[in-house]
Amino acid sequence: MTSTPILTPARPIVDDTLRAALSPRVRPPRANALTASLTFFWRAMLKIKHVPEQLIDVTIFPVMFTLMFTYLFGGALAGSTDAYLQYLLPGVLVQTVVLITMYTGLGLNIDIEKGFFDRIRTLPIWRPAAIVGMLLGDAARYTMASTIVIVLGLVLGFRPAGGVIGVLLGVALLLVFSFSLSWAWTSLGLVVRTQNAVMMTSMLFLFPLTFASNIFVDPATMPGWLQAFVNANPISHLATAVRGLMAGTAQPEIALVLIASAVLVAVFGPLTMRLYGRER
Amino acid sequence: MTSRELAIETAGLTKRFGTTRAVDGVDLTVSQGLVYGVLGPNGAGKTTTIRMLTTLLRPDGGWARVFGHDVVREADAVRARVSLTGQYASVDEDLTGQENLILLGRLLGSSGSQARARAAELLEAFGLAEAAGRRVKTYSGGMRRRLDIAASIVVTPDLIFLDEPTTGLDPRSRSQVWEIVRALVAGGTTVLLTTQYLEEADQLADRVAVIDHGRVIAEGTPSELKASVGTGALHLRLLDPEQRPQAEQILERALGVALYREPDPAALSARVSDAERAAHALAALAQAGIAVTDFSLGRPSLDEVFLALTGHRAEEPLEDAA
Repeated sequence: MTSTPILTPARPIVDDTLRAALSPRVRPPRANALTASLTFFWRAMLKIKHVPEQLIDVTIFPVMFTLMFTYLFGGALAGSTDAYLQYLLPGVLVQTVVLITMYTGLGLNIDIEKGFFDRIRTLPIWRPAAIVGMLLGDAARYTMASTIVIVLGLVLGFRPAGGVIGVLLGVALLLVFSFSLSWAWTSLGLVVRTQNAVMMTSMLFLFPLTFASNIFVDPATMPGWLQAFVNANPISHLATAVRGLMAGTAQPEIALVLIASAVLVAVFGPLTMRLYGRER
Repeated sequence: MTSRELAIETAGLTKRFGTTRAVDGVDLTVSQGLVYGVLGPNGAGKTTTIRMLTTLLRPDGGWARVFGHDVVREADAVRARVSLTGQYASVDEDLTGQENLILLGRLLGSSGSQARARAAELLEAFGLAEAAGRRVKTYSGGMRRRLDIAASIVVTPDLIFLDEPTTGLDPRSRSQVWEIVRALVAGGTTVLLTTQYLEEADQLADRVAVIDHGRVIAEGTPSELKASVGTGALHLRLLDPEQRPQAEQILERALGVALYREPDPAALSARVSDAERAAHALAALAQAGIAVTDFSLGRPSLDEVFLALTGHRAEEPLEDAA
């Protein structure tokens, strides 16, 4: 057992700069909700700048999915890849963006584990700001993924009848839904302990929802019980709505998607905030 | 706000995790403008207490007020006046040091240019100007800790909590942190710091609370605390463990105090008040032909404070520690 060594500062670093920096000063007015949220959005953008590797999921995956499904199934399902692409592309877009929503919960989980959220939670700011900013950052990622899928689709021969406006409206609807769905993953990210568990749990929901839908094929050929599921699946409604907008024929599903989005935010928004304020 | 308003006041503060009482009825009174040390071993309840005082945890019993605001009912008012530097760097490792400070400045309400200017000022003052544009991931432990403290004073708080601010730092970084703490207090900020080192509490704190098993077992100025455990400690290690009983007898006679048998079978320690007596005791050992490989005369360590106050050593396995 040794006693604690007696330490004397080698060189006092309290110089005038330190003294000046520590001198008391007027506290700025409290940041408003918008500023705080946008500051967290800025943080999300900085993270993309410093860690561009994290964009793989919004760049490589969409390209892979689009190419794979178009050329693997196109001939068999629709007679030609070109014909299939017209049906598939809005669906693949939906699948790509919906699948990457799960990274939202992951990012939150990492922040908690690293202790960064302890600091954030002791700041006098509008509490949802950290999460709203994070989700806005994710919306930017979803936009990136959407752009990549659509540009690739156009190159491969996708010719949406709805034109530029129709495509933009389709993407906008998809972003609204994805932003709303992300709140489910933020709740999950706050409940589940490890990053792996966040991934596994969100995949458990997202894979059946995206594949057992009308994204790839018309459900008319499916057995009755599956049809029932596919037709009730909100992802099917979303795909139908986006397809409709891009084809220039607005579908009643748009309303369903908006209702589903509102419900997701109404349920998971407060739940997320409750879990966020909870101690751990 | 009156000048005699207390920075911290708690009564019967309690926090349970499952069946464990991590904090078991802590009463603290901390006046403004001083450094208050909370001393205790790992698992004593120091961090849990801080987490309750910074509104991160909700107490299960008792109450706590920070500048007169209840930490549960007026959490936002508390958050507006305190900041926390946790045990683990609570900055974003993917961002640069500068970006971290600007981020916090913006969140605390500064304009973009104010936040940038403040970040530059702090980076300069904390010796981080050269590393400002590097990601925090690449920082050394000492740099990270300084950035972490800088992040806590982007807007100078009225009360800053430093949870084991020097644990794991090399001596130079440690003394830098000490200087920062001194400068903070000179600027009027109240500091509550937790530590495992008596030396640190002695160097920095105006008052100290010793915590063990979630309870405050002693409170006072560092000199009061040290007076309760004697002024110094003699540690020695014998060449031959077989001779320990004999050495113990000789030393007990020469020093006039009871010896403590260290877990190391060849080691002994005793509380001594003056160096001369210790020298005589060592001479007596030599005369008796007992060879000593190692000896030191130092201030009482936390271990000895604990032994004196609780009857158990600080690093004994604490079965119900959180």
